Amino acid sequence: MTSSHGAHDTHAASGSAPADDNHLQGGGGPNPPQAPVAQPGESLAREAWRRLRHNRAAMASLILLVAMAIICIAGPWLLPWDLAEVDWENFGTGPTLANQHWLGTDANGRDLLTRTLYGGRVSLSVALVATLVSLVIGVLYGAISGYVGGRTDNLMMRFVDIMYSLPFMFLVILLMVVFGRNIFLIYAAIGAVEWLDMARIVRGQTLSLKRREFIEAAHALGVRDSKIITRHLIPNSIGPVIIYVTLTVPKVILLESFLSFLGLGVQEPLTSWGVLISEGTSNMQGAPWMLIVPAAFLAVTLFCLNFLGDGLRDALDPRTR
Amino acid sequence: MLSYIAKRLAMAIPTLLIVITASFFLMRVAPGGPFDGERQLPPEIEANLMAAYHLDEPLPMQYLRYMGNLLQGDFGPSFKYKDFSVTDLIAQGFPVSLELGGLAILLALLLGIPMGVMAALKRNTTVDYLLMGTALGGIAVPNFVIAPLMALFFGVILGWLPVGGWNGGALPNLVLPVVALAIQQIAYIARMMRASMIEVLGSHFIRTARAKGLNERQVIWRHALRPAMLPVLSYLGPAIAGIITGSVVIEQIFGLPGIGRYFVQGALNRDYTLVMGTVVFYGILIVLMNLIVDLLYSLFDPQIRYDD
Amino acid sequence: MTNTTPFPRPVRHHSLFKRAALTACLLTIAPLSMAATLRIDNGAEPGTLDPQKTSGVWETRIVRELFETLVSQDATGELVAGLASRWDLSDDGLTWTFELRDDAQWSDGEPITAGDAVFSLRRLLRPETTAHNANLYYPIENARAINAGEAAPETLGARALDDHHLEIQLERPTAWFLQAIAMPEAAPLPEHVLREQDERWVIPGRTVVSGAFTLSEWSPQDHITLEKNPQFYAADDVALDEAIFYPLEEASAALNRFRTGALDISYTSVPGGRFEQLRRELGETLRVNPMVAEYFYMFNLRPESPLSDIRVREALNLATRREVITDQLLGMGQTPSYWLVPRVTAGGAEGALPTAQMAMDERMARARELMQAAGFGPNNPLTLTLRYNTLEDHKKIAVALAAMWKPLGVDVALINTEAASHYAAIREGDFQLARYGMVATIDDPYDFLGSYTTGGSSALSSGYHNADYDRLVEQSSETIDPSARAELLTRAQQHLLDDYALLPLYDYVNTALVSERVHGWAPTPMDVHPLRYISLEE
Repeated sequence: MTSSHGAHDTHAASGSAPADDNHLQGGGGPNPPQAPVAQPGESLAREAWRRLRHNRAAMASLILLVAMAIICIAGPWLLPWDLAEVDWENFGTGPTLANQHWLGTDANGRDLLTRTLYGGRVSLSVALVATLVSLVIGVLYGAISGYVGGRTDNLMMRFVDIMYSLPFMFLVILLMVVFGRNIFLIYAAIGAVEWLDMARIVRGQTLSLKRREFIEAAHALGVRDSKIITRHLIPNSIGPVIIYVTLTVPKVILLESFLSFLGLGVQEPLTSWGVLISEGTSNMQGAPWMLIVPAAFLAVTLFCLNFLGDGLRDALDPRTR
Repeated sequence: MLSYIAKRLAMAIPTLLIVITASFFLMRVAPGGPFDGERQLPPEIEANLMAAYHLDEPLPMQYLRYMGNLLQGDFGPSFKYKDFSVTDLIAQGFPVSLELGGLAILLALLLGIPMGVMAALKRNTTVDYLLMGTALGGIAVPNFVIAPLMALFFGVILGWLPVGGWNGGALPNLVLPVVALAIQQIAYIARMMRASMIEVLGSHFIRTARAKGLNERQVIWRHALRPAMLPVLSYLGPAIAGIITGSVVIEQIFGLPGIGRYFVQGALNRDYTLVMGTVVFYGILIVLMNLIVDLLYSLFDPQIRYDD
Repeated sequence: MTNTTPFPRPVRHHSLFKRAALTACLLTIAPLSMAATLRIDNGAEPGTLDPQKTSGVWETRIVRELFETLVSQDATGELVAGLASRWDLSDDGLTWTFELRDDAQWSDGEPITAGDAVFSLRRLLRPETTAHNANLYYPIENARAINAGEAAPETLGARALDDHHLEIQLERPTAWFLQAIAMPEAAPLPEHVLREQDERWVIPGRTVVSGAFTLSEWSPQDHITLEKNPQFYAADDVALDEAIFYPLEEASAALNRFRTGALDISYTSVPGGRFEQLRRELGETLRVNPMVAEYFYMFNLRPESPLSDIRVREALNLATRREVITDQLLGMGQTPSYWLVPRVTAGGAEGALPTAQMAMDERMARARELMQAAGFGPNNPLTLTLRYNTLEDHKKIAVALAAMWKPLGVDVALINTEAASHYAAIREGDFQLARYGMVATIDDPYDFLGSYTTGGSSALSSGYHNADYDRLVEQSSETIDPSARAELLTRAQQHLLDDYALLPLYDYVNTALVSERVHGWAPTPMDVHPLRYISLEE
């Protein structure tokens, strides 16, 4: 395993801490200026990209992820089998070179590799979209709630409590009743619940950050609230946010299989990694490849995401700039 | 502080009212009813059932009837489990779920936090990779895969532990389900802990503390740990509410009498009263847990105050 | 009754009686710690143990132990004397007379009387009781009107001639009525207890029962414990002291527990994907038997549905390779079906789809012709939606059907939903093809054929209507003579099949794990296994 932070072991530069010297000195200690300079967006991104490029593990992961996406998109065209094609001679046969089912077939005699690649299209796009939705809504919502505080915070967080408490299954069924069967609904439904945790985490970070001198200084200097939130609060919460994103992806991919169980997710013959894994689980002892193949694709994706996440975190850390 | 708690508790009432109302109508939009099953009932008999449960009344009427009963603390009888009231079912199952979930959370904190801290301290060493690789495994392998494997291996093949059953909560029966429940939480907590620990360790005040010659252990456990706990704390509020209300997967695989199944099966069976019971119960837990977390914030980070 | 079950039904239980009696004798001498406890996995948590409110086998399995019926079932499923020692039907087929045993007592020592039986039947038909199977008793005079709330329960055609004689007056002769009387719903209930409390009365410590066992513990989702009822009239023959029922839902969980010896019997179906392997490993303890239940697809026959065209229905039936489904996909011993009434059902309903005997390529050629005649083909495909409820096996079958019909130029869109939505769609006729399973309530073809008669549930859902069929089913129900009845049933079923009203796939099997320690357990088509015939080896 290569280092995920090989290129730079920084954090030595001055930076803001999630908590400050009050812990250490009972308050009143010297607080050095620590406002990260807000830079124009483009150079900020370019800077982060430069850092990321120097992180070998993150780059390798990024390349592998892109490759995974390309294989899932293009692969099915190159394989000899179709998604729904049944090989009546080979029901649930194991991986072999003999019959062109290199990774075996499922219980219906369909090629497992083909299905796993098709499933990857669904799972990767669900993961991408649902995670983005949860990221955007959750981070903004949490940051605003925490920063504005007071009654607004209270109201916004009670809305989050309400969303947590509503029975998810009926929310999903309602979506299905209102909008019909539509794969984009999966994204919507998943995004709609996954932003809640993110909002609570970012709010927690914001509550802690907003009394810091660099925020109060920016405030005193007349920097607009929206700018404080996007330029100071969010970048300084980026660590937990990125980690939580990498934790959200597997959750989202498996949640999708639950939606398919309800009838909202993908419909046969289309499939997804989550569906393949839960199918594989019921055949785990008799036909282990049905579980191992999709699980391996998922595991590789998660490992890559993990390293990429760590790399991104370092690259985006405002204190190392 | 006390006035803040009072204000929050007062807010809980309208919050729960919205949850109850929204859930009630949400549930009734879903196709199918409590008597839709493989055996289709003759129209006369279905009419008798609808009348007995007042389902033949207009929906707003039913809502008022439900709220009226609820105000008297009556959640009504379950549609599916006719010999028990919803209150009975939750009261009998919750202690089981609480015990399993509570132990799992405890285990997750006891293992997850040190794992995360250790990984952060030994960042980019073999120890880090080993710990985080293990954690990642816990995240990537869903519990519906790991739990049956554990039951098979430790229960059937090795015969060390019972493969399932509650048995009044005997310790050997607890081990497998608690571990299965905890695995994912350990992984989550370890990952989050590592990330925020790295952040805190790089911060100014920790470097100041080190410069002052405080020994490393003091720096970490006294000064770094608490602020680093913030994201974990935020995550734990809803997570605890979820875990102590049981997991349908774990309950089914190990045959345990918890309440996790009611959340899923109540909805699948359109057991309206049971669904509402679980919604109210879970809603109360969410409100309480998030309140506790918000209060703990100021304990972990004195700068967080809610007095404005 | 014509017995069509493929397995022998010798009167073997007499020797079991002896064995049971012997065990009971030994137990009276043996120390208390030798108590025989049978541990059963029941497959699900009972929703109720009120005999008149049950809706499934996971409830009746326990209820039958608590409440003895007038006519009971023995270990092989044959109807035998229960609380009634003998019964008689009048020549016009309208009046049943039951003579009750004079030594039968409730568990509180009160005598069980004909009055209790009348009370029970009236309660069963009251609308407020909401009995799911009340319609089985509609042949009784005034029963339907009472159940619809249009008549008082006292007007029911059932009366106690004296403490030990019950008379039931029917509106029309009904061939399967004795089967209904053998259902737990019709078991006499303790009037003296229920007059005090009618709701939630089957509770440990409060329940007064008539069966071989009493209810001693009920911990929801955990276990239910039954104890031997010393007041039971045949208590001397009951070998078990105790039976514990666990509500395991997960097949692999039940299997694991069975393998570690924590269960003696498991009724949760075994994991499908590993059946072959399990059969090798478990040997004789894995019991697979035909069951009175049918797996089929319902066609929507309404004019706006493409399946209103009989040629399309015939073609789909022709192109379905049922052997592939039963042997390759399921492989538990299910048998391909070309009919609605499972072959194991008593009553002798024969008949099959006309296409059953054709060779496969012949069938495909004919199917193509039919589709072409109906205006469909590879260039003008027929698009069909097929609904199934979420379950691994249902999915496998749906996927295979879509692939089998593809060569006919049929594009199938598969729609899976969770069960409640699925059955709601069927009830409302909102489907083209829908998976359906019918599990018998009584071991009689009427249970299946009746549902496709006008007003029956399947007819309401599918839009099927055939006056000749209705008439034949009604006649068969009113014909008491077994062979004349069998012929009518066969003719009725053939009408339904000639109309290609449905797509039958297979006759179900039930699976059970029965430890070698258990004696007296026999396979039965209705999956009824009274514990009073079961004993445990030390």
